[in-house]
Amino acid sequence: MRRVSTSPHFHSGASTRNIMYSVAAALAPAAIWGVVVFGPRALAVLLISILFSLLTEFLLGRINREMTLWDGSALVTGLLVGMNMSPTIPLFIPAIASIFAIAVAKWTFGGLGANWANPAIAGRLFVFFSFTSAMSSFKMPSTLAVDAVSSATPLSYIKTAVSAGESLGQSGLQILANGGYPTTALAQRIQAATGINAYNVDAFLGNIPGCIGEVSKLLLIIGGIYLLVRKIITWHIPVSFLGSFAVLTWVFGGVPNGLGFFHGEVLAGMLRGGLILSAFFMATDMVTTPVTHKDMVIFGAGCGFFTFLFRSFGSLPEATSVAILLMNIMTPTIDRFVVPKKFGEVVKEAKEVKKNA
Amino acid sequence: MKLATFRKGGVHPSDMKSLSNNQPITRFPLPEELVVSMSQHLGAPATLLKAVGDHVSLGELIGQASSFISAHVHSPVDGTVTAVRKVTMANSVTCDAVVIRPDEVQNDAFTERRDYSSLSKEELLAQIKEMGIVGLGGATFPAHVKMTISPGKSVENLVINGVECEPYLTADHRLMLEKPYEILEGIMICRQILEPKNTIIGIEANKMDAVEVLRKAIAEKGYPIQVMPLRMKYPQGDEKQLLKATINREIPSGKLPLDVGAVVINVGTTYSIFNAIVFGKPIVERVVTISGECISKPCNVIAPIGTKVKDLVEFAGGFKEEPDKLISGGPMMGFAFYDEETPIAKGTSGILALKDRKSYVQTACLSCGRCVAACPIGLEPTKLYAYITNGKYEEAMKHSLMDCKECGCCAFSCPAHLDLVHAFKTGKKMGRKK
Repeated sequence: MRRVSTSPHFHSGASTRNIMYSVAAALAPAAIWGVVVFGPRALAVLLISILFSLLTEFLLGRINREMTLWDGSALVTGLLVGMNMSPTIPLFIPAIASIFAIAVAKWTFGGLGANWANPAIAGRLFVFFSFTSAMSSFKMPSTLAVDAVSSATPLSYIKTAVSAGESLGQSGLQILANGGYPTTALAQRIQAATGINAYNVDAFLGNIPGCIGEVSKLLLIIGGIYLLVRKIITWHIPVSFLGSFAVLTWVFGGVPNGLGFFHGEVLAGMLRGGLILSAFFMATDMVTTPVTHKDMVIFGAGCGFFTFLFRSFGSLPEATSVAILLMNIMTPTIDRFVVPKKFGEVVKEAKEVKKNA
Repeated sequence: MKLATFRKGGVHPSDMKSLSNNQPITRFPLPEELVVSMSQHLGAPATLLKAVGDHVSLGELIGQASSFISAHVHSPVDGTVTAVRKVTMANSVTCDAVVIRPDEVQNDAFTERRDYSSLSKEELLAQIKEMGIVGLGGATFPAHVKMTISPGKSVENLVINGVECEPYLTADHRLMLEKPYEILEGIMICRQILEPKNTIIGIEANKMDAVEVLRKAIAEKGYPIQVMPLRMKYPQGDEKQLLKATINREIPSGKLPLDVGAVVINVGTTYSIFNAIVFGKPIVERVVTISGECISKPCNVIAPIGTKVKDLVEFAGGFKEEPDKLISGGPMMGFAFYDEETPIAKGTSGILALKDRKSYVQTACLSCGRCVAACPIGLEPTKLYAYITNGKYEEAMKHSLMDCKECGCCAFSCPAHLDLVHAFKTGKKMGRKK
């Protein structure tokens, strides 16, 4: 049977499924690292998140009479929800987060493509504000000394110290060192050999307490580069997100610690918390971000700005999630007002039109 | 050295040209029957001059241009008119056509070289009009209309389009390799008419052999023509993108190349202009690429206008396997048709028989922005699509729907497999109605 259809009769081969499964594949190494250092409990959290995400998508698909389970978007959402959970979380919490993400954040707005908020972030924030203490208690990774003084993440450890006002005039890294925050032997050796701070080395390699999927920056960056090379995502959002965060941190990051301007810890700041995971995998969610490259840069810069703001001056630890959610809200506005320049459009003409009007 | 190209948007489909780019142009044997359509050009169909039973000879006028934007149609063979009927062309335009049965013995014609050096611009243009020359790049705009420069305007740059950016097609490529002197003389005739300051031939980098051949011939003849290899990117063969790439000018929305002092002519057209002026030969045949995964022996043939697709396919060894799609033109902008009885026209650069590589699932728009990044005009296809599918045609028109030239870059890169171009064609029709 010969098909007659409108041109083009040629396709790049890109597909929604392909995109979604590539994102899942890019996330996998960092998730596996989480399971390795936090133990089988972390695996259970990931599996529960994914399972409930898929189940919700399946059941809602039955209501819609449209099977969207295999487009892979529910898998990515479930994986991201799980990766954003503490390894010690009671298992019903990731289940609730996944159900909320799929059913409320995505399905009620019309399913894939029509949701305004990143489902994984919405799910995470929902359970964060519902079960705050369970969501903020963490576990030391197996690679760090077991007799550790605290299982607070470096980020919350510093924040507590700064808000107690006892560590004025010290940088974050100094606070960690003075408090006796543990490092691995490997990181200490690397510090001795290269001069790179051991806390930064551990944060980069994933030897810190934190959410399952956010600790290994190394593997997240590898995953992010894989997506960039495959052209699944473009550089605009990650670069502008991290760039604006870095600049703001450098200029103003030292202020809460009483160090004054231009004394922020850029590298350490970028390696703490969920920033890398968010910049490469959450802020680049296509549905909830702008469509043009210029708008993507604005979006990313906004994410960086709010992340910095909430992290340095806010009281809650959910800086990146809230920042992205805020920018999700701004996305339609950015899309509407910043339109791309058309081919052959002359700027002068536009000015003349304004004058005449 | 980094080659020039246009900046905004564009895509890189695999070019698929190796199927046929080493096949020299062969002459197609006369078919049993030809169907010559009266609408082979942009504009009004020609008026049919012949009736059943009339004898026609090669190059004889059989269709008279019926308005300013229209073109003559000539008989592609010596033969007899056996029927006059309606025919549906690949682009689904239905119009009058003559069915011609070629004579057993064909007379030689158009072999004598004429001297044209003393002809004035107007005489040359009249000759081009008389010979029914249209743009052979695909749009088939009557050449004499394009080359008539309205008073007060002048041509600074004459750009010859040897880009052939559509995948699979190799007709222009082969022509440049095999007929460089004829093409260059055709270009010199165009220069005589248009009197441009610069003449540039733009050729994509997958045809460097053609660049070499033309450069050598130009050096030999001492012509003031520059050959410019261009970095590969679709749709560079569109005149807007080609002018951006070659002379770095952007044609504003709704304007013509002449508004930026340029005229763009396809290489195939320059070859037919050469034939028209030097031998007095109208367009009665053209080079067609027969290719695609389902063709046994992909090739380039020079075939009479009006040859049926089934004859061409048979000449190329028939189908290797049953194709899912028959396409007239290239895969990005060509027309899918189903009837192998369909004849070729002046604008048919290729006949492709393709397999659907995979059946893709259409999903909701992800707003991934690939279409926006791919659009060479800087439109936002995702927005336009949303307007059109919701019936907001006026809103779509306000967002420059009319600037869309249906090049297919957006639909090519859409991971949701939305029928973007289809929607835009519909949207334009509905928008015009209102």
